[in-house]
Amino acid sequence: MIDILFYVFAATVLISAFVMVISPNAVNGAMAMIVSFVGTAALFVLLEAYFLAILQVLVYAGAVMVLFLFIIMLLDVNQGEPSYLKDKMTLGASIIGFGLVVVLVCSAFLGGNHLPEPNLLPVVENPTGEGVGIPFTTSIKSFGYSLFTKYMLPFQVAGFLLLAAMIGVIVVSKKEEEHS
Amino acid sequence: MDTLAILLPIAFALAMISVFMGLCSYSVLAERKVSSWIQGRVGPNRTRLPLIGHIPILGNLLTGLGIFQPAADGLKFLFKEEITPGHVNKFYYYLAPIVALAPALTTMVVLPFGRYVDPNGVVQPLVLANIEIGMLFILGISSLGVYGIVLAGWSSNSKYPFLGAIRSSAQMISYELAMGLAILPVFMWSAAPGSEHGMSLFGVIEAQETVWLALWQPLSALIFLVAVFAETNRLPFDMAESETDLVGGFHTEYGCFKFGLFFVAEYAHVIMGSALFVCLFLGGWNFLPGLANPWGDGLFGTVLSVVWFMSKVFFMIFFFIWVRWTLPRFRYDQVMSLGWKILLPLAIANLVFNTLLIALIDTINA
Repeated sequence: MIDILFYVFAATVLISAFVMVISPNAVNGAMAMIVSFVGTAALFVLLEAYFLAILQVLVYAGAVMVLFLFIIMLLDVNQGEPSYLKDKMTLGASIIGFGLVVVLVCSAFLGGNHLPEPNLLPVVENPTGEGVGIPFTTSIKSFGYSLFTKYMLPFQVAGFLLLAAMIGVIVVSKKEEEHS
Repeated sequence: MDTLAILLPIAFALAMISVFMGLCSYSVLAERKVSSWIQGRVGPNRTRLPLIGHIPILGNLLTGLGIFQPAADGLKFLFKEEITPGHVNKFYYYLAPIVALAPALTTMVVLPFGRYVDPNGVVQPLVLANIEIGMLFILGISSLGVYGIVLAGWSSNSKYPFLGAIRSSAQMISYELAMGLAILPVFMWSAAPGSEHGMSLFGVIEAQETVWLALWQPLSALIFLVAVFAETNRLPFDMAESETDLVGGFHTEYGCFKFGLFFVAEYAHVIMGSALFVCLFLGGWNFLPGLANPWGDGLFGTVLSVVWFMSKVFFMIFFFIWVRWTLPRFRYDQVMSLGWKILLPLAIANLVFNTLLIALIDTINA
């Protein structure tokens, strides 16, 4: 049952991602991208990572893509740009990129190779001081404790980067006031 | 695999959808009756079903109350001529009503509407799926509902629907922020360390057994309520379909059953918003603040808890309708400045204040 679902959702993700890349119509592309994000969320659910799945829907499908669609509709970018495939540079670059992926997959899985399996260690010490550390699970608690203890610095740095991006946008988009 | 284990959840889900759709159609009737009451009119009072409507006194009473009106409304949507304007983008034009309704119906999966006591004496919620991240699930799925409106406006290829769609998507993005931030303090208080419930709605309701969160967190409740009004596109926030300047808004080009789907989706959002507010701030099925639940552990107690929960939800639906027919509509720039300049800073201040308060209490207790 889970295997069948995995194949269905994996195919959905791949096909919609492909449609997104080749679609000449920007709105079609954005819709295919939403389908791809929701399909990825479904794959997370199959891995029992419900929190990641719902964040994928909430942040990417629900917020980021609404903004994309909003911009596409406001700018009306449908006309022009018939297909990206006609551009020789783009075509060459995508073929080389695809070739690299094929090499990667072959070297990882051919001839009895498989991906290294990480040891699931306790990620952080238990803040209550009882027993062993918080085990690595997919529950929100595990995410929360590790985000605010072991990974505090990367978390803060990521937040700082976003702040820098936000200030950059404000600086770029703000028009200089005319001196009268 | 056990057949019963597959069939039973499907049966429950179908039952819940039926009840929910019934509620949707009767909230349309409630809207018409309450609006007529507020405006000093009579409202729908003529529709009569052949057999029941002709029972001597009861039939006249039910007809006067408009009980049979939803059936007539629904049939009207079904039997009208299906018109598809020639200038629309067909695929997205047909897709939009489905995308509008589906998220509203999906969110009810994690909505607890009553409680029972299992044979081990543990209180369990009556819910289709009691998942740890129920609240996030609702936020995530309902944020997909905006696509229905955006696609409807865009695929109609017409200026008023397009303007309505742009307004509504901007509004929903703005108010989602304040809504999420207003909910955070609720979970900071209800999911105390050691709590097993995480962000499930059942945990919040259980935490409100003695005091409702609307009394303990009035600011969160107010911000959340305003944001819910904005998210459901109801007056005074119905920028998406303000009749006076946008004809019908995003569904101007829609008719018959496709319009009906948008209509049902709006009421589904209203019911979900009401139920969510009851769960988060009005104590769910808990009796009154400070009073122990008077119902027992048996089947009767379960039924009473569901009835009490539903009566709170009905009150909230009435509140939604009441506000709609009482307040005038905001101007669009007022909606935006209310969202970004008042609600968002208030929600952040509320969050910081509650964080400091909890830290202070923890420091004193430690």
